[in-house]
Amino acid sequence: MLPIILRRLALSVPLLVVVSAITFVLESFVPGDPARTVLGINATQEQYDALQAAMHLDQPVAVQYWLYLRDLLQGDLGSSLFSGESVLGLIGQRLPVTLALVIGGTVLASLVGVVLGVYSATRGRFSRRLFDIVSLLGSAVPNFWIALLLVAVFAVKFAFFPATGYTPFAESPGEWAAGLVLPVISLSIGGVAFISKVTRDAMMSTLALDHIRTLRASGIGPTSIIWKHALRACGLPVVTTIGLMMITFIPGTILIENVFTLPGLGTTVVDATNQHDLPVVQGLTITFTVMVIVVNLLVDVLYSLLNPKVRTE
Amino acid sequence: MTTVEAPPKARSRPRINPFAGIWRRPVPAAALVVVVGISVAVIFAPLLAPHPPLAQDLLHTLSGPSANHPLGTDALGRDVLSRLLYGGRPTLIGVGLAVLVYAFFGMSLGMLAGYLRGWTDRVIVAVLDVMLSVPAVIITLAVLAIFYQSNAAAMLTIGFFASAGLARIIRSSCIALREELFVDAARVSGLGPARIMARHILPRLTGQLLVPVFLFSGNALAIQTGLGFLGLATPAPAPSWGGMVGDAAQIMQQDPYLLFVSGGLIGLMSLSFGLVGDGLRDLEQDRRQATGGRLRRPVPATAPENAAKPSDGAVLAVRDYSIAFATAHGPRTVVDSISFSVRPGEIFGLVGESGSGKTVTGLSLLGLLPPNGAVTSGAAWLADTRLSGLPERELQRIRGSEIALVSQEPMLALDPYFTIGSQLAEVIRRTAAVSGRKDAVRERIRELLTSVHLRDPDDVARRHPHELSGGMLQRIVIAMALAGSPKVLIADEPTTALDVTVQAGILDLLRSLRDEHGMAIILITHDLGVVADTCDRAIVMEQGRIVEEGSVEDIFYRPRHAYTKKLIESTPSIARTEGRIA
Repeated sequence: MLPIILRRLALSVPLLVVVSAITFVLESFVPGDPARTVLGINATQEQYDALQAAMHLDQPVAVQYWLYLRDLLQGDLGSSLFSGESVLGLIGQRLPVTLALVIGGTVLASLVGVVLGVYSATRGRFSRRLFDIVSLLGSAVPNFWIALLLVAVFAVKFAFFPATGYTPFAESPGEWAAGLVLPVISLSIGGVAFISKVTRDAMMSTLALDHIRTLRASGIGPTSIIWKHALRACGLPVVTTIGLMMITFIPGTILIENVFTLPGLGTTVVDATNQHDLPVVQGLTITFTVMVIVVNLLVDVLYSLLNPKVRTE
Repeated sequence: MTTVEAPPKARSRPRINPFAGIWRRPVPAAALVVVVGISVAVIFAPLLAPHPPLAQDLLHTLSGPSANHPLGTDALGRDVLSRLLYGGRPTLIGVGLAVLVYAFFGMSLGMLAGYLRGWTDRVIVAVLDVMLSVPAVIITLAVLAIFYQSNAAAMLTIGFFASAGLARIIRSSCIALREELFVDAARVSGLGPARIMARHILPRLTGQLLVPVFLFSGNALAIQTGLGFLGLATPAPAPSWGGMVGDAAQIMQQDPYLLFVSGGLIGLMSLSFGLVGDGLRDLEQDRRQATGGRLRRPVPATAPENAAKPSDGAVLAVRDYSIAFATAHGPRTVVDSISFSVRPGEIFGLVGESGSGKTVTGLSLLGLLPPNGAVTSGAAWLADTRLSGLPERELQRIRGSEIALVSQEPMLALDPYFTIGSQLAEVIRRTAAVSGRKDAVRERIRELLTSVHLRDPDDVARRHPHELSGGMLQRIVIAMALAGSPKVLIADEPTTALDVTVQAGILDLLRSLRDEHGMAIILITHDLGVVADTCDRAIVMEQGRIVEEGSVEDIFYRPRHAYTKKLIESTPSIARTEGRIA
């Protein structure tokens, strides 16, 4: 398992280099005074100076990047051009909301997706057709629109859940959970379609395997065959898919958080983009990338745990 | 990651219209009409729009559909239809730009890597790995922080990072194409790599571009409208589809109507891109497999009255038994009106070459035919029970405890994810009259593993299948089959996958188990040597029919059918076994 983890970490070094360099490279393409162009004509002199200083814009691009990397390695991501807050502090404050969304969405989509996939694998052709159409709908329709429809129905019309806003867990766990229900559902719908499709295909090919036939020939019932033996054999493709889905959920939170005005990384990055707050954008880009790397690592570890051949070696 | 997608087999004719046949499929065809229709309407927006997109009519805000405003007006009294037509422009231009970049980089990176191979390939593959791991949407926001509200910059970024996925597909097809004769011919005739790629490789790859392009267009549309919704892609008063959803969301409390119109259009368009992509892929697959028709399933036999219960004291009897499979060319009969009886305690051979229908016969007795197969006439009887047509629940009770199966590939026959012990325990709890108590089950596992002559049964029980040899695994499969003390054991080529030295041991085991337990064994094999060694009686099958039937002595010394004689002649081990029979 160790070589797999090391390989993943080795791959993430160039990834982080590329991602952290991206704003510097882009900014060097801006004609004229980058600070002026980026901030627009309405910016104050203080903001202009702050951006100049934060990005070391008086230096050549390579030096700018080097200075940024040096600070980054010391855990210093700079501070916001507008609030003056440290970027790291901002991330620490907003991360829990985004994590709650991503984890909640992953758990929900995995459970529902696997159950639906198994169900459709063991039913007839008609239900498979129907399932195909529903799953295509779920994956094609943009999630921010689904989120808005959910708000229109469950928050505006029936007032089951709050339409927007966020209550910290420490304040009231109940309201915290109620506020996350609609966002988590909206985020997970595309994932449900994805997971159920992969589970269905994996399940159908697994059910045709020899060892499943042996179990059937020994009189083992369908419940144990499907939910214990066949599902276990589907573990690898399904876990890989759950990982891929979770990675799409990470940027997916941006739109969802904005629909529900949740104070997470997604709303923060959009606000920072609108305000041209480069240090914040920069820091969040790296944070999102690290989240993707962590999910990939988790999948790698799970992958080797699920494979008995890797495990015993 | 250097996973190589299975390269689609290169076609001999380079140019096939990828849309050919789409009109015979209503769903993708309708989706294509939607995509083309909406795109054309958006392009001709200035001609089609009844009002200028920014013209406000503050006296008629949020007026529902009317003659003057076919889709109504928004909160500022602007005509919704006109805004949708004009608003499609930044969206579709954005998608178009993203697709161009996607196709360009996907094609060129994929082709360079796949055709040049070597170091170029290695470097490109590494770059693709990084590109695929980059969270492209986040990078796009960073781009937008610098190039504010630049739809083009955003969508170019999206297209660029997504092209890594396409490049991988193109690369693997290109690797396959590279080995084709026409490429060799071009190389020999002195064409340089650039020319070969441009003239010979590129035209053959463009057909594969279409499916990914349509699927990606759906994604790009979702991202573009998402950016528009956040107000990041287009400056404010100008309409865009995503921006209109945003406007509609502002007034959702008073009137959700506009939300359905604007978002519905995005959903429809995005769904259509996906449906066209899926439809084209299905067409491509059909062309490759050359199967267009639906499988027609054979009709299972339903008339029990014409098959009377045989009364010859057989433990298992088959009368006038036919099995058919659904194929693309209609039902195909693989077992044709066979009849035989197996007596208690005998080893009965079912002999024939592969494709003769012997394995299918064995599986059908357990009700384990694949979903596209069915018993189409006659019936099988287990003593007094008619097996054919029995409900699944009943069959499940019979499996393992009345009839058991030992299959061909011991390496594949056991669940790789569970220990031997836990699999045996499950079967024991299911079939045997052992109380559910843990040590009783463990004792029974030990007993079963010992009965198939495995030394150190406790150690074996703790292991996973991949840790054991084929011979040991086959003994375990036999032990599992014995767990329910069945009356009939169907052994389908139990020694074929094993080493010669191990084969004899397994056959000895089957014989001794028959002697101990008195069960009947149906031995399915292509090997006449095994039959001579092991069986009491046998039937020989050829293409679904029985051509020879009788005691093993009869079959070997007095074969009546030419096919049997040929089989005997072609079995080298017969000389040895004949000596033993005599």
